Amino acid sequence: MNLHEYQSKNRFAEYGIPIPHGKVATTPQEAYEIARELEGPVVVKSQVLVGGRGKAGGIKLASTPAEAEQRANEILGMKIKGLTVQKVLIDPASKIQTEIYLGITNDRAAGKPVFMASSEGGVEIEQIAREKPEAIIRQHIDLFLGLRDYQARNLASGINLPREHWKAFIKIANALFRCFVESDATLAEINPLVITGDNQLLALDGKMILDDNGLYRHKDLAEMRDTSAEPEAETQARAAGISYVKLDGQIGCMVNGAGLAMTTMDMTKLYGGDQVGPANFLDIGGGAQADKVAAALRIILSDPNVKSVLFNIFGGITRGDEVARGILQALNEIKTNVPMVIRLNGTNAEEGRRIIDEAHLPNIISAATLTEAAQKAVEAAKGAI
Amino acid sequence: MSILVDKNTRLVVQGITGREGGFHTPQMIEYGTNVVGGVTPGKGGQWAFGKPVFETVKEAVDATGANTSIIYVPAAFAIDAMYESIDAGIELIVCISENIPILEMMKIYEYIKTSKSRLIGPNCPGLLTPGQAKVGIMPGYIATPGNVGVVSKSGTLTYEVVYALTQAGLGQTTCVGIGGDPVIGTSFVDVLQMFEDDPETEKVVLIGEIGGRAEIEAAEFIKAHMTKPVAAFIAGKSAPKGTRMGHAGAIVEGGEGTAEEKIAALQAAYVRVAENPEQIPDLLR
Repeated sequence: MNLHEYQSKNRFAEYGIPIPHGKVATTPQEAYEIARELEGPVVVKSQVLVGGRGKAGGIKLASTPAEAEQRANEILGMKIKGLTVQKVLIDPASKIQTEIYLGITNDRAAGKPVFMASSEGGVEIEQIAREKPEAIIRQHIDLFLGLRDYQARNLASGINLPREHWKAFIKIANALFRCFVESDATLAEINPLVITGDNQLLALDGKMILDDNGLYRHKDLAEMRDTSAEPEAETQARAAGISYVKLDGQIGCMVNGAGLAMTTMDMTKLYGGDQVGPANFLDIGGGAQADKVAAALRIILSDPNVKSVLFNIFGGITRGDEVARGILQALNEIKTNVPMVIRLNGTNAEEGRRIIDEAHLPNIISAATLTEAAQKAVEAAKGAI
Repeated sequence: MSILVDKNTRLVVQGITGREGGFHTPQMIEYGTNVVGGVTPGKGGQWAFGKPVFETVKEAVDATGANTSIIYVPAAFAIDAMYESIDAGIELIVCISENIPILEMMKIYEYIKTSKSRLIGPNCPGLLTPGQAKVGIMPGYIATPGNVGVVSKSGTLTYEVVYALTQAGLGQTTCVGIGGDPVIGTSFVDVLQMFEDDPETEKVVLIGEIGGRAEIEAAEFIKAHMTKPVAAFIAGKSAPKGTRMGHAGAIVEGGEGTAEEKIAALQAAYVRVAENPEQIPDLLR
């Protein structure tokens, strides 16, 4: 789960990290009021969950409250990489001497969190890694020990931070680490951490990504999820306990198991070529009971791009005949003419296929192998375009 | 021969009286797995499926000589269950439970290094040594004894491949599901080394997916150390970058962990990589 910049920075502030004392506006009038309170030039920053906001024109300076109102008016409602801006953060503008990168993420290969710092702040860490990898200083952290002071000093000296800022920097690094751990974050990033005109360290921009698996013990953070930024179907799927990702193809996929779901997508792409491909990733999990199949089918069919649906269910513990009955029951609830290819494999798969065939539904095609199923779903989708 | 689980496995089920444990334990017993008992705090002294239930793993080990444990409890309890098994001296711990926070897994990953235990998973289907032991949730009938070793990050995709192998007359030594989380107890490389050392395993199937570097490390290991032929399939070619595909670990981050780079690395290690999992049996012939 991604947090907005203002949410991340507010969280940082709870741990004592200095941030600009701005506020969020949802209307140009609010932007005016906030800018007036702040007295002086401000930055109007779009709050959307994508990178590259600046380049897209979503971050603008304003020297007066009236100008802030005007900029907010321009930015609110604009689309950045497909997402509509609904909030702007109005921060006091800061004079910047130096921009630093400071962030923590998980190094999955090492099995440890890794602290990263760079003197090349203000650009994305991936870009620094590509263009100037030697400018990134790393310190792996033992979770039983936490961040040691010497490691924070290694970061400070590695980025040639002037000595006078070390004390403040080490304090910020420790706070960021505590914030990372206590939020079950997978990323906590200050970029840039700046040295201001009056020689103070300040977290100008912030980003946090939280581990969805940790949210059960952070109810306050879980409530911060901005579902307006994601397709409606994904929100519904989450509520139904279905793992769903909307894609831009034409073949709806309903599969049990994440690996098999990805494979099914890959097969539709393999046989669909440039013309048709997967409309979604969807894992209905184990069982494939009628109510879950029905919920998943509603979600898939809510996408108007879907021209055919491919069911690919491996009956393991749940037998193929039970899966077939579940699918038929779901289809009885949801009337649709969209062509559906059903491929069952595993326990009692043949009996399951017989049950499907004997139902004699006009829009149902059964398939024995994954290859055959993918080819038939591709044909059906092409026929409908 | 086989790896990790066999007739000598003495299995204790953590969460034997719970929903998942209660569902899968009878199936493991029916398959012939030597289940020696279960653990449910608060239910010690009771019986479940004809097996004694203990308060703690330590009690179960002392009373039954259990050497393997399997964890079926929800994530919030599975963390503690793993530590408990490690501290009770269990040799092989299999964690089926999913949704374990990565920070907790990284701690367990460090802690287990100080012990003699090995962890498989979490978020995995477990292990199956056909004809000997089923420790997990893989459907038993899909497998048959033979000489192909299977190692995979996934569940149903593994069943597909194992079933296809069985139907093609290619039996298996052991099928190992290592799990789809970003930090797991046992890696592809660990299992490949075991298959390389196992005299009965003649060929190996590796099933990977997008995200992380585990398949790249596997390719490097295969190139440098393996004499046995390996066939592979990598899922997620069509997945968009930066989006998690069901498994917590299945995500291309910062351009790293794509199916393309993994396939290229495996091919450079002379691994036959299937475009479609149904091709795997043919690639082993």
